[in-house]
Amino acid sequence: MPMAAEDIETMIRAAIPDAQVEITDLAGDGDHYAARVVSESFRGLPRVRQHQRVYDALGGRMGGVLHALQLTTAAPSTGIAP
Amino acid sequence: MSDEVQDRIATAVNAADVLLFMKGTPLFPQCGFSSRAIAILDRLGVEYATVDVLQDQAIRQGIKQFSDWPTVPQLYVKGEFVGGSDIMMEMYEAGELTDLLAEKGIPQAG
Repeated sequence: MPMAAEDIETMIRAAIPDAQVEITDLAGDGDHYAARVVSESFRGLPRVRQHQRVYDALGGRMGGVLHALQLTTAAPSTGIAP
Repeated sequence: MSDEVQDRIATAVNAADVLLFMKGTPLFPQCGFSSRAIAILDRLGVEYATVDVLQDQAIRQGIKQFSDWPTVPQLYVKGEFVGGSDIMMEMYEAGELTDLLAEKGIPQAG
C-alpha cells in the first residue's frame, strides 16, 4: 500500500517541527518519492544521523511501505528564517 | 534476531575494508539503489566486497538491526557504517567520499 506525499510530510513535521519538507513524486505512481528535509536541528549532525532522524519520524515505514524514498537532508544554509 | 547472525555480520564487516550490503551482485544489481551504489564505487575505483542480502534472509533482516538502518544498500568502510545510497551520492558529489577513503588509507583509481 503506497503512502500519500502529504502523509509523509505530516509525519516528518510531527517529529521535526521546524522541518522544511519538499516531496517529489518521482514516477507519478505515488510509490517512488524523493524527499528533501531541511532543519536547523540537523546542524552539526553527521549525514547518517540526519537521515536516521527522518527514518525515525516515519516510524518503521522506511524500507517497508516506503521502499523507494530517496532522501536528502541538510541544515539551512543561511541564518535567514524560512 | 540471533546473536549468531549479528556475529556473522560483524565478521563480514571487519573482513573487508570496503563492504557493500546490496540486493543482487555488482554485475546484476536487483534494485536501482544498489545499482547506484555500485556505480559510485566503480567510479571511485576502489576495491570492494559485496554481500547479496537476497541470498540470505537472516542477513537481510539482521543488517537492519546491526546498522540501525532500515534499507539496503549499506556501505561499510573499515568497519564503520557510512550510509545508504542517498548518502553515498551526496558524499560522492561533495567529494567527501573520496576524502573519507583517503583518510582511511584506501587506494582509489578513479
